Amino acid sequence: MKNKFITAQEAAALIHDGDFVMVGGFLGHGTPNSIVEAMCDSELKDLTIAVNDTGFPEGVDKFGFRGVSELVARHKIKTLYASHIGLNPETGKQMSEGTLEVKLIPQGTLAERIRAGGYGLGGILTPTGVGTDVAQGKQVINVDGKDYLLETALKGDVCIIKGSVVDKLGNVYFKGTTRNFCTVMAMACKTVIVEAEQVVEVGEIPAENIMTPFVLVDYIVDGGKTNG
Amino acid sequence: MADVKTIIAKRAARFLKDGDVVNLGIGMPEMVANFLPEDVNVILQSENGIMGMHAAAEEGKENTDISNAGGKYVTVIPGACYFDTAFSFGLIRGGHVDATILGALQVDSEGSLASHIIPGKMVPGMGGAMDLVSGAENVIVITTHTDKKGSPKILERCTLPLTAYKRVKWIISELAVIESTPEGLVLREINAESSVEEVVAKTGAQLIIPEQVGTF
Repeated sequence: MKNKFITAQEAAALIHDGDFVMVGGFLGHGTPNSIVEAMCDSELKDLTIAVNDTGFPEGVDKFGFRGVSELVARHKIKTLYASHIGLNPETGKQMSEGTLEVKLIPQGTLAERIRAGGYGLGGILTPTGVGTDVAQGKQVINVDGKDYLLETALKGDVCIIKGSVVDKLGNVYFKGTTRNFCTVMAMACKTVIVEAEQVVEVGEIPAENIMTPFVLVDYIVDGGKTNG
Repeated sequence: MADVKTIIAKRAARFLKDGDVVNLGIGMPEMVANFLPEDVNVILQSENGIMGMHAAAEEGKENTDISNAGGKYVTVIPGACYFDTAFSFGLIRGGHVDATILGALQVDSEGSLASHIIPGKMVPGMGGAMDLVSGAENVIVITTHTDKKGSPKILERCTLPLTAYKRVKWIISELAVIESTPEGLVLREINAESSVEEVVAKTGAQLIIPEQVGTF
């Protein structure tokens, strides 16, 4: 079995200019901080990012959670798919200045579009957004008398997520609410990199508790606990 | 009159039934949990992946792996569970959440809601609100009756971009409880310190006033 361990800098180097990168996390919880930091310190540019939110600017959360806010601040992102940007004023600023294209997507729809991408589906039908601006330009399909929007699948080049406990094969266990988008994103991208808070031997995570199986994980960054 | 938010949260709390699965929006809706009657226990869902959320974590005792949809550190009840976002919104859209209580910028006579955007001023994104209002069985909007300038927030038609189209069932303000029906908005209750005349004057939509209007 190949050794999957790489450094955060090597992880950043696997990402190319213009790539579509999916980043796990919800207001920073579940976001792989070391990899994000290495991306910020690299020359990467013009990224398309899918992430729930653009986090908090530095210093807002006393435990240091700030999601991808630094990627925004360093102008690494060209196009952003997110459900919420309200807690990071810099995102709104770049959006109104026209330097950052922001596609705001209902949270459940964002998760389903990514899930569809990873599950081999072309898209999904959802009632969310019917009768609102979200429906603009989208096909409305009536099923049994109810209207749904056709929302197309999203697939990425690289997925970066944080795992609470990761074994040496790459099996992942997420604690508490850190799972959020991580599991669907790991299905939807060609290359999957998990940043481990804790690395354990194979077999230490009971098989029933594995939430992302090792076959989906290409690389592991031993990041340690970077928050809290 | 007591604090307006407290009045609203207290009345909204009495809308919830024992055993209901409930999602509370950020801000005033979160206060509703503080005013539940003693014999009513609800199960709180948090869209970032919790069924069985409990109170905020005590300062110094935060578990940073457990946060709510506002990014705050919380505790959970015995028997609680966690899940991913896709599953969480499956619960929401799939009708497994009985009620959602959320705030409003505007709400209208068709039961449509604007709560997430003021073009050119405030564009934070809808987060999970659009999914919640499209999926929850009972969509309860809690709001001050008028905005800071005294203009009605309950209108014939929302002028701001919609968060929900014809999904609101109840509107609760410090002055009134209003039911959204296919016939229009029906005044069900008024604050005992208010009057039907005051409610009508401060509402920007036609109200249907039945013979019996309760008080709270």
